[in-house]
Amino acid sequence: MISVTGVTKRYGAVQALDGVSLELRPGEVVALMGDNGAGKSTLVKTIAGVVIPDAGTISVDGAPVRVTGPRDAQALGVATVYQDLALCENLDVVANLHLGAERRILRHVRMERAARELLSQLDVRIRDIRVPVAMLSGGQRQSVAIARALLGSPRLVILDEPTAALGVEQTAQVLALIRRLRERGLAVLVISHNLADVRAVGDRVVVLRLGRNAGEFDMATTTQEQIVAAITGAAA
Amino acid sequence: MSADTLVPYTPRVALDRLRQGDVGAWPVVGGLVVIAIVFSTLNDRFLSPENLTNLALQMAATGTISLGIIMVLLLGEIDLSAGSVSGLCAAVMTILHVKQAWPPVLAIGAGLLAGAAVGLLHGLMLTRLRMPSFVVTLAGFIGWLGLLLFLLRDGGTINLPFSGFVSGLSDTWLPGWLAWAIVLALVAGTAGAGLAVRRARASAGLPVSPVWWAPARAAGLAVVLGAAVVVMSADRGVPLLLVIFGVLVVGFDLVLRHTAFGRHLYAVGGNAEAARRAGIGVNRIRILAFTLGGTLVAAGGILAASRLSAVNQQSGGSDILLMAIAAAVIGGTSLFGGRGRAYAALLGVLVIQSITNGMFLLSVDSSVRLMVTAAVLALAVAIDSLARKGATR
Repeated sequence: MISVTGVTKRYGAVQALDGVSLELRPGEVVALMGDNGAGKSTLVKTIAGVVIPDAGTISVDGAPVRVTGPRDAQALGVATVYQDLALCENLDVVANLHLGAERRILRHVRMERAARELLSQLDVRIRDIRVPVAMLSGGQRQSVAIARALLGSPRLVILDEPTAALGVEQTAQVLALIRRLRERGLAVLVISHNLADVRAVGDRVVVLRLGRNAGEFDMATTTQEQIVAAITGAAA
Repeated sequence: MSADTLVPYTPRVALDRLRQGDVGAWPVVGGLVVIAIVFSTLNDRFLSPENLTNLALQMAATGTISLGIIMVLLLGEIDLSAGSVSGLCAAVMTILHVKQAWPPVLAIGAGLLAGAAVGLLHGLMLTRLRMPSFVVTLAGFIGWLGLLLFLLRDGGTINLPFSGFVSGLSDTWLPGWLAWAIVLALVAGTAGAGLAVRRARASAGLPVSPVWWAPARAAGLAVVLGAAVVVMSADRGVPLLLVIFGVLVVGFDLVLRHTAFGRHLYAVGGNAEAARRAGIGVNRIRILAFTLGGTLVAAGGILAASRLSAVNQQSGGSDILLMAIAAAVIGGTSLFGGRGRAYAALLGVLVIQSITNGMFLLSVDSSVRLMVTAAVLALAVAIDSLARKGATR
């Protein structure tokens, strides 16, 4: 179990996060919701080691850990898929999937084999996985980005707006993929604006508002109106 | 799609990729053929063994500097200081060897170390002080030239002993048997590696190239290398200088394609933020690339000094820097980072040096030579960016 307690982050005059807490359990999909500027991205970047918080602790299985960079987070089993995908468009699919996790001398055959196995497990269809990612469609790139998160056998996968740029069919595929991650016993954190998507896969919803916790709901017993109210701050 | 639709680089795939905008090395090879036809019809000495051997000698220094610049270009950065640094490191080597009577190998090592130190300094200014590489290396271009002039202040020229080790580097010729042994080893190595890769891929269940592909590639290499050795043997033989340059190109090609460092270099050049999020030490890669680049530039300067048997105030000056950058770009290295190979240095410098050499044979004024070189550079970049535009459409 990964938990975040009392995380605070200030950018100049802007208080991006103010004492935010979050718990992520294996085999559970948590949806992180909130209006623009609520602090969702900053919180995710904190867990991923990209942003160093001013205060607060991250602990794994109850023991506090130090996260001072993306590498630390990776070592703890945190894999992140960013909204802007963060792929290197000049590299091919195989290279992108393994980026940052290579041996000193590249094992081309082993890496390509692992890439093919993973993509076929996830039912991702790409004609030639050795062309630069720049030549793939948007949906294919999203699939590659999600697949990459799984190669390091993570315990937590963070998805930042995974369905924002996708069509209906590709969205359904991604949601199915998220359910598969849960079945594998991974903790999943999904940032989304889309209530329908969140209700389709989420077990729990955590709402942020203006950098603070603004409510936590069990999906099965919560109505859409309650969530919207927490996001907008309409109901106390 | 099933696994077997994926085929490695066969002529058909080459054609496919050409259509997708990945033109590869074909424009450069075509350009070389055109250059050879034009100059050999204008002057029958252009393709003579003597002239082609001279061409090989002329290529090595600029080509090595170009290889150093490629290291930096792959990052998406630029190195304007390469000319000055090559002259400076050659001067360091020469002063230690001639004035301080250091043994030649130690002096060369010190020259290379000086290049590495300069590259390291540039890399630190880029990453720690967050200065743009354009400014860092522009300052380096002026400052290191100043230091070169300071070091050479009395006399302005230091001669290297004509029969010494350093000058000998550019006046040593491989005996025929050794040249052929090297060709044989390279061809056998290429064929063997191709077959080994094929077998490894097959046993891993990955799609493989047709059986004839690896032998055909090795045969092509054998024809090219064999022709080169035959031509140069008709003159003085294969120059050691060319072998040194070739070893550097092949060595760095292997590093770029088969090590994590090489892959990370491309990643940083392609999308530095993505590389950082993947846990790559982006600044470490930048500093390493600048240090390696500086070392290669120093090596190029030392080779140039060896050819000249001296260093003087013009060492690394005039158009060497621009020719080295142009060679990298003509060879297919992108100025925007993340695209290009070590062989770009070899192909690009071959184009540029052929033009220079051919123009000299025709005793064309250097004004015309510069304009023609500029036109070739512009053409190379235009082909590259048009092809890429076609690919993204």
